[in-house]
Amino acid sequence: MSENKTDYILRVEDIHKTYGDAEVLKGVSFNVRKGDTIVFIGPSGTGKSTLLRCINQLTVPDSGRVWLHDEEVTNSGKKINRFRQKIGMVFQNFYLFDHLTAIKNVEIALIKVKGMSPEAAREKALYELRQVGMEDFADHYPAELSGGQAQRVSIARALAMEPDVILFDEPTSALDPELTREVLEVMRKLALEGMTMLVVTHEMGFARSVATEIVFMESGVIQEIGTPAEVFGDGGGFERIRSFMGKIGDLSGD
Amino acid sequence: MDLFSVVAEWFPYLVEGILVTVGLVASALIIGACLGLPMAIGQVYGSRPLKYVIGLYVWFFRGLPVLVLLFMFYFTIFPLLNLDLDAFFVGATVLGLRGAAYQSQIFRGAIQSISEGQMTAARSLGMSRAAAIRTIIIPQAVRIALPGWSNEYPNILTDSAICYAIGVAELLTRTSQIVTQTYITMPIYILCALMFIMLNFAGMRVIAYLEKRVAIPGFSGGGQAGIV
Ligand SMILES: Nc1ncnc2c1ncn2[C@@H]1O[C@H](COP(=O)(O)OP(=O)(O)OP(=O)(O)O)[C@@H](O)[C@H]1O
Ligand SMILES: [Mg+2]
Repeated sequence: MSENKTDYILRVEDIHKTYGDAEVLKGVSFNVRKGDTIVFIGPSGTGKSTLLRCINQLTVPDSGRVWLHDEEVTNSGKKINRFRQKIGMVFQNFYLFDHLTAIKNVEIALIKVKGMSPEAAREKALYELRQVGMEDFADHYPAELSGGQAQRVSIARALAMEPDVILFDEPTSALDPELTREVLEVMRKLALEGMTMLVVTHEMGFARSVATEIVFMESGVIQEIGTPAEVFGDGGGFERIRSFMGKIGDLSGD
Repeated sequence: MDLFSVVAEWFPYLVEGILVTVGLVASALIIGACLGLPMAIGQVYGSRPLKYVIGLYVWFFRGLPVLVLLFMFYFTIFPLLNLDLDAFFVGATVLGLRGAAYQSQIFRGAIQSISEGQMTAARSLGMSRAAAIRTIIIPQAVRIALPGWSNEYPNILTDSAICYAIGVAELLTRTSQIVTQTYITMPIYILCALMFIMLNFAGMRVIAYLEKRVAIPGFSGGGQAGIV
């Protein structure tokens, strides 16, 4: 064990999760360094969403541990709300608060969770909306936004909390190609600025150009891990990732 | 005595009855909302025993005729508790407690129609469950519930006349007093009916206005659906 544990911003140790008699996660472990972008791919139903949700305890794993810096996130009781501020999450269906305007969506947790003053929260929210190119839509309600715009607001909402890491669960899967591009652009920018990100996505272009590592999951375990250079290069190995990418490539080529 | 002078003479007395009726209805609606909303939250998010108790309450108040409830509280329950309460207070309380049972089910349906994602997103930002319920779920639920809620007003308005039975000096009570005194029947009852209809109409307009005020794009609850 030569690696220093404190090199890692996030450590996931042997996560198990069973629903009924379906073992969805069968012992998943990995480590994340500050500034990493880890892309998770894999067939439907292999537990990718469940894994992300276990990290911020939206789903409580049966066993295994999650560490943020050197604090344990699992089994943290009421303190979990503090960790969740540090672990942002972006969902496939945005989950913007439907009764609040874009800017209020970003403000609300700053005020109610972080205890910021309304003025400071507004300023911060405007700043984050600008970061994702949505300041002109600050007073729009979610129903008045396109999917891509809504997703960018939800990214601003996560960013406003100044998280150490953001979990993205198929952030573009509900979007058509044009809107997908504008969201991926924002994520690419975040990655370049050094945000630590865990991204479940089937956007191979994004994985190839942005990922620090590509993780292939199947049947509740990590099957292969490699850098984009290894996975997309002409070296050996990575048959499963490559065959999976071939399949989804076929799909998108239709 | 001609009809017009009779009406002119008793009109102020009837108008006072309107005020009593409005007071009954407003109190009942407020009591119903103040109890109904927390009950709905309890039924959706509460522990099993709590859900059970609320379910029992709803079953009880929806299962009995309003007149039975009224007599029960006026002649038994409150006297047993050694409370010598004014008939108006008993009427408003009974209508309110009964309204709470109905309102709780309106609010419960509204809460349950909110997508799970709203709570998930709130929790993912570090909000406690209680804070999420307060700041995300309730504001949405209230808006979704408004069209259904607005039916509570005509229901309680028409039900309020039953307080006649315990002698609350509301519209119907006063109407029948006038009839007894003047032996004029039909025109006085028609006047009473007109006043109820006017109250119904005015109240619905106020509610429609409120719905418009709180309407938010994307909520079926706002603006159109509830206007009669
Ligand atoms: N709350 C739950 N209750 C029961 N089963 C669940 C629950 N959540 C997920 N599952 C099951 O766990 C398995 C893994 O689900 P998960 O959503 O994590 O997969 P995924 O890899 O994200 O799939 P997709 O690519 O379709 O999003 C699925 O079979 C799913 O039906
Ligand atoms: Mg998923």
